[in-house]
Amino acid sequence: MSDLKTTAVEVNGFPCRVWTKGSGPAVGFLAGLGGLPRWLPFLDELAKTRTVIVPSLPGYPGGSTGHTVLDTHLDWVLAVRQLLDKAGLTGCDLIGASVGGAFAAEMAAVFPGRVKRLALLAPFGLFDEKEPATDPWAQRRDAVAGLMCADAEKWTALVSPPEGANSVEWPIEMIRAAEAAARAFWPLGNTRLEKRLGLIAVPTLLLWGEKDAVLPPSYAGKFAAGIGRGARIETVPGAGHLAYLDRPDAVARAVLAHFS
Amino acid sequence: MKLMWFHLMPYTELPEDFNKKHPSVWVDIHSSLFDPRRAHHMYNDFMDELEYAAEVGFDAICVNEHHSNGYGLMPSPNLIAASLARRTTDTALCVMGNSLALYNPPTRVAEEFAMIDCISGGRLIAGFPVGSPMDTCYAYGQNPSSLRERYLEAHDLVKRAWTEKDTFTFSGRFNQQRYVNIWPRPIQNEPHPPIWIPGGGSVETWRWCAEMDYVYCYLSYYGYKAGLATMNGFWNEMEKLGKDRNPYRAGFLQFVGVAESRQQALDLYTEPAEYFYGRCLHVDPRFALPPGYTTEATQRAGIEGMMTKAANLANPATKAALKATNMKDIVDGGYVIVGSPDEVVEQIRHVATSLNVGHLMLLLQYGNMSKDTTKYNTRLFAEKVMPKVKDLFGDWEDKWWPKPMAKGQRAAVPAYRAPSSINPAAAE
Repeated sequence: MSDLKTTAVEVNGFPCRVWTKGSGPAVGFLAGLGGLPRWLPFLDELAKTRTVIVPSLPGYPGGSTGHTVLDTHLDWVLAVRQLLDKAGLTGCDLIGASVGGAFAAEMAAVFPGRVKRLALLAPFGLFDEKEPATDPWAQRRDAVAGLMCADAEKWTALVSPPEGANSVEWPIEMIRAAEAAARAFWPLGNTRLEKRLGLIAVPTLLLWGEKDAVLPPSYAGKFAAGIGRGARIETVPGAGHLAYLDRPDAVARAVLAHFS
Repeated sequence: MKLMWFHLMPYTELPEDFNKKHPSVWVDIHSSLFDPRRAHHMYNDFMDELEYAAEVGFDAICVNEHHSNGYGLMPSPNLIAASLARRTTDTALCVMGNSLALYNPPTRVAEEFAMIDCISGGRLIAGFPVGSPMDTCYAYGQNPSSLRERYLEAHDLVKRAWTEKDTFTFSGRFNQQRYVNIWPRPIQNEPHPPIWIPGGGSVETWRWCAEMDYVYCYLSYYGYKAGLATMNGFWNEMEKLGKDRNPYRAGFLQFVGVAESRQQALDLYTEPAEYFYGRCLHVDPRFALPPGYTTEATQRAGIEGMMTKAANLANPATKAALKATNMKDIVDGGYVIVGSPDEVVEQIRHVATSLNVGHLMLLLQYGNMSKDTTKYNTRLFAEKVMPKVKDLFGDWEDKWWPKPMAKGQRAAVPAYRAPSSINPAAAE
């Protein structure tokens, strides 16, 4: 396995970090709420057999303040397309989780041929009034960790400042990640993605944490019903919304099986 | 100095066990607590109180905007201001204000404020708050990440709508209108009604107010002691920008309870103050900080400030005082000024001079204070406090006060008479 390489690409004049590790056919990952303030065991699992390419979405950790110029959903979709192209992910397998999942789905739907196969892990984009998703931006501070992961410690470990982190800038970056998600998905997480799901024509895996407290696992069925050629649904036992933090091995296994 | 009478219009009958049984007074407060027939009386009492404040000589009466809020029953302060315009004659009408990003298109604000200015003969003060997170992001679903950009653009649009003579086209980032040409136009057109900005303690807001020559208002519920640091910050920034210390650049909100003696004041005002600081400020913290609402510059200042203040905050006494809900702490903290008229005079003079604030907005009704007590508090303040503080800042010119039409040119507003008093046969 190669060492982790950090580069940056520019989207709308703002730098976005790109992490690359491993060897073999490339696979892209768009992270969920909170983004990636640090490298994850989940990504190491993927890097064992694939070249993992992880671009940071604008506004998320590593993505500077590029979210501030994105005013409409079209702005976001075009920013993500540029990000993937510049990161070298054109025509590759793509994994998107949570907020990143909504964008991964858009890429496959709106730009046919740019995504080879798709794995969506509890993606945002739909909203059902009968089974409302939880409001991730109206939570008491001590409730966030347990909302994001089945094992709250996993979230806490993601966002805790590492040794030597700037004590002023680190918390600001964490809030900025929440802001970037809010900028794209406020207030309901509903981008009316259902209008475009039918355009997805690549093999799609829908993974959902059994204990997802943000998006009800039943949303998997709504996605599968909407996707043109159908999609396979798998549940990740014991995992919450960010299943790649709760169960990195299980999620990596399922995704790699889908892409092989 | 100017003494302004402010009403929040709190629902006065939240149950005793409200805090135990309900998570929040704001955003998701339960509809079963709202009795429209009781609210009929509350609204009419509150409007009586505002009119009474005008009668006894306050310089302005003030209203503000809140949504889904158990202590602020004015989703549309413009409705109240329109009524007050017809029921008062000379008092300034301070609408504090309209949260610009919530109006679509924002020219609605330009129109309604122009209407109030016309009806009142040019007595409007136009307040433009960004709006609280609870009002804007949660109750009204606005995106916290773009709220300020939308606010600033709406401000530009409203100001142009007031001042440009010809129909114009606005092609903004968030608003596009082919034909902007509001009718009516404000009476105060040199260049527009005074604009006041209620804000928190952000340096960006201070700079913007200085640049635009607007009044900055710090409307905290925590009184002059807690407000001192913010107002010092404001004046330091004005000095850096080369602005004078004209106290009329600033407004400040202060709760007051005046009575014949301090003890009598405590007897009268303890219940309404504890109702306000207990029940009315019971806001679920999950609605406090939508991501993006606070700018990163302000976050930086806050985080750095917090670290330097960490030692103070670690002191449990300081912490408790920040959330005081019992009268002793409320008074000790300076949230509410209480006392005999002379004691209140002394404290008001201290507040005005220590904060250097020429526009003092007074809350003389708060919580579940009855109309009788409110009128008593208002009258005593007008008769015995006002004359002894009015002289402050006499050397400064208030360039930010409404300039109404001359009295003789304004319409006479007759008192309303019920049909039965004119034609007894119309009575049932």
